[in-house]
Amino acid sequence: MTVAAHGYAPAASDRWRRLALAFSDSRNLLGLVFMLPAAALLIVFLAYPLGLGLWLGFTDANLGSTGRFTGIANYLSLAGDPVYWLSVSNTILYTVIASAAKFFLGLWLALLLNQNVPFKAFVRAIVLLPWIVPTVLSAIAFWWIYDTQFSVITWALKGLGLIDGSIDFLGNGTNARISVIVANVWRGIPFVAISLLAGLQTIPGSLYEAATLDGASSYQRFRYITLPMLTPIIAVVMTFSVLFTFTDFQLIYVLTRGGPVNTTHLMATLAFQRAIPGGRLGEGAALASSMIPFLVAAVMFSYYGLQRRKWQQGTRD
Amino acid sequence: MASVEISRVTKAFGATQVIHGVDVAIEDGEFVVLVGPSGCGKSTLLRMVAGLEQITGGEISIGGRVVNDLPPKERDIAMVFQNYALYPHMTVRDNMAFSMKLRGASSAEIDKRVGDAADILGLKPYLDRFPRQLSGGQRQRVAMGRAIVRDPQVFLFDEPLSNLDAKLRVQMRTEIKALHQRLKTTSIYVTHDQVEAMTMADRIVVMHDGIVEQAGAPLDLYDRPANQFVAGFIGSPAMNFIPGRIDRGGAVAVVADGGLRLPLAADAGGEHGQKVIYGVRPEHLGLGPGFEAVVQVVEPTGADTFVFCDAAGVRICANVEERQGFAPGGRIALAPRLDMVHLFDAESGRALPRRN
Repeated sequence: MTVAAHGYAPAASDRWRRLALAFSDSRNLLGLVFMLPAAALLIVFLAYPLGLGLWLGFTDANLGSTGRFTGIANYLSLAGDPVYWLSVSNTILYTVIASAAKFFLGLWLALLLNQNVPFKAFVRAIVLLPWIVPTVLSAIAFWWIYDTQFSVITWALKGLGLIDGSIDFLGNGTNARISVIVANVWRGIPFVAISLLAGLQTIPGSLYEAATLDGASSYQRFRYITLPMLTPIIAVVMTFSVLFTFTDFQLIYVLTRGGPVNTTHLMATLAFQRAIPGGRLGEGAALASSMIPFLVAAVMFSYYGLQRRKWQQGTRD
Repeated sequence: MASVEISRVTKAFGATQVIHGVDVAIEDGEFVVLVGPSGCGKSTLLRMVAGLEQITGGEISIGGRVVNDLPPKERDIAMVFQNYALYPHMTVRDNMAFSMKLRGASSAEIDKRVGDAADILGLKPYLDRFPRQLSGGQRQRVAMGRAIVRDPQVFLFDEPLSNLDAKLRVQMRTEIKALHQRLKTTSIYVTHDQVEAMTMADRIVVMHDGIVEQAGAPLDLYDRPANQFVAGFIGSPAMNFIPGRIDRGGAVAVVADGGLRLPLAADAGGEHGQKVIYGVRPEHLGLGPGFEAVVQVVEPTGADTFVFCDAAGVRICANVEERQGFAPGGRIALAPRLDMVHLFDAESGRALPRRN
């Protein structure tokens, strides 16, 4: 610098300024600094608990002790546990049926909302409501709706003269399964519908006009324009929806706590049941960890589903 | 191929009427350009021909068949959109073949028709690409290929060149015209660019505020504009308009409001003292004894030199073809070509016919 060129020793403040300059010039270093807070949050609140959970799964930890390493003993005992396998099949059933219902109803709702309906903005806001309400609150509302004595559904059906007795919504296995799936679908539809609606709105109207002129019927326009253009968004939305549903806990915990006789236990609720009220942290952690392969599979499915859409990537050759 | 008859057509969106009784007769094989400023109703009119907008009143017939209540696909028309409207998830081939596939054509026939269209437009090497992988000009060609494959009765173009850069626009303009000369399909072309209209059209329909101001061959509109709007819209740079009164005492002239005396031909129309607009195009103003003006801005473009000057408070543009060393502030004398001067009634804007 000029000062040094004149033979003076560089002042301390000057050295600092040079350092600061080099620092702000370096994109990588600056990027690292900006990334740190987010990385810290991820490490403390996501990576650490995940790592701890995985570790606990290999121990016999319980509420009283930190536990010793026991290898895959927890997993072996789960493999021979019929309740565990019931929760796995419950979770798969719950996820598949609820996700499919959310997809079809959500898509239908999105298509409806994409039309010119009166009070468009208001209706769209209303549709979002089930998703904004805290899950526990809506679960409690459903608990009342499904109440054996005070159910509004029973009351209405009785009033219409369609049934005589009360419906035992949560008291037997089949009814309970249907009931929790309905509640989950009600809660999940807005996310699917609003996301797909956003996707629908990115499809230029002129494509439909061009297709109309090309002679496409309204079904053909849906089949050859809407659906392929919407597929990338469907893939993302449904991946998230499947992940949310697969890991669902609150609805079940409020409505049935896994009952009757474990028929509505999902992997998440069973893991909690075993680990916290049951006190067997190691077993609960192993149970929770066993959800990971399913979740990874769901993510991979959508990732490769997205990869195939070459028309979106504007590569020139 | 077919003729298109638009008679007494009106269009209203709710309470707002945007087209007020338009009559246009388009002959079989003709290339007609609808031109006008934004919001004049030209695109709406085109979309009514296509069947994308309901017709509020009047009648549109294609090939002698009234199409008012026919859905678009039964009108046998093809349309090229401003944003091309190519299906992004289909290859060029599939884009062009889509209408035939819907119709259930055999794959041999599809291949042949798509191949022929691709040949005409030079798209053979791009058939397996997606629209994203094409340049603007290539996409434009695919959009036209999609229309050609249909082999429709009428081509509709909705500002197809607006999204291209200036150079490509000139090139595509020529290509579309050559294509029309080859296929001879009746074409209706909408644009706001009067140069496009002048260069491509067999006949131009100038629209303004939902009515037809004038329809005719390009040079007819240029030489004999029916009113001040058409005179100002056709031609670039725009015609100079100078308000004044006719003075028939001595040599016939228009005396501008600022006192400037503008010469007229002896057979010019209008009565002594009538309030008029004196119209002369920049290219019909040359250097010579006429009136004096002070140079303000000089724009040399190579072939032409546009001089913007002030003549007794009136701003005038002249195209002096020769290269001139004018400097701002200099005084020049401009002489209008008297046979090319237009007079318009100041009230109605209508052209005043010459006296015989």
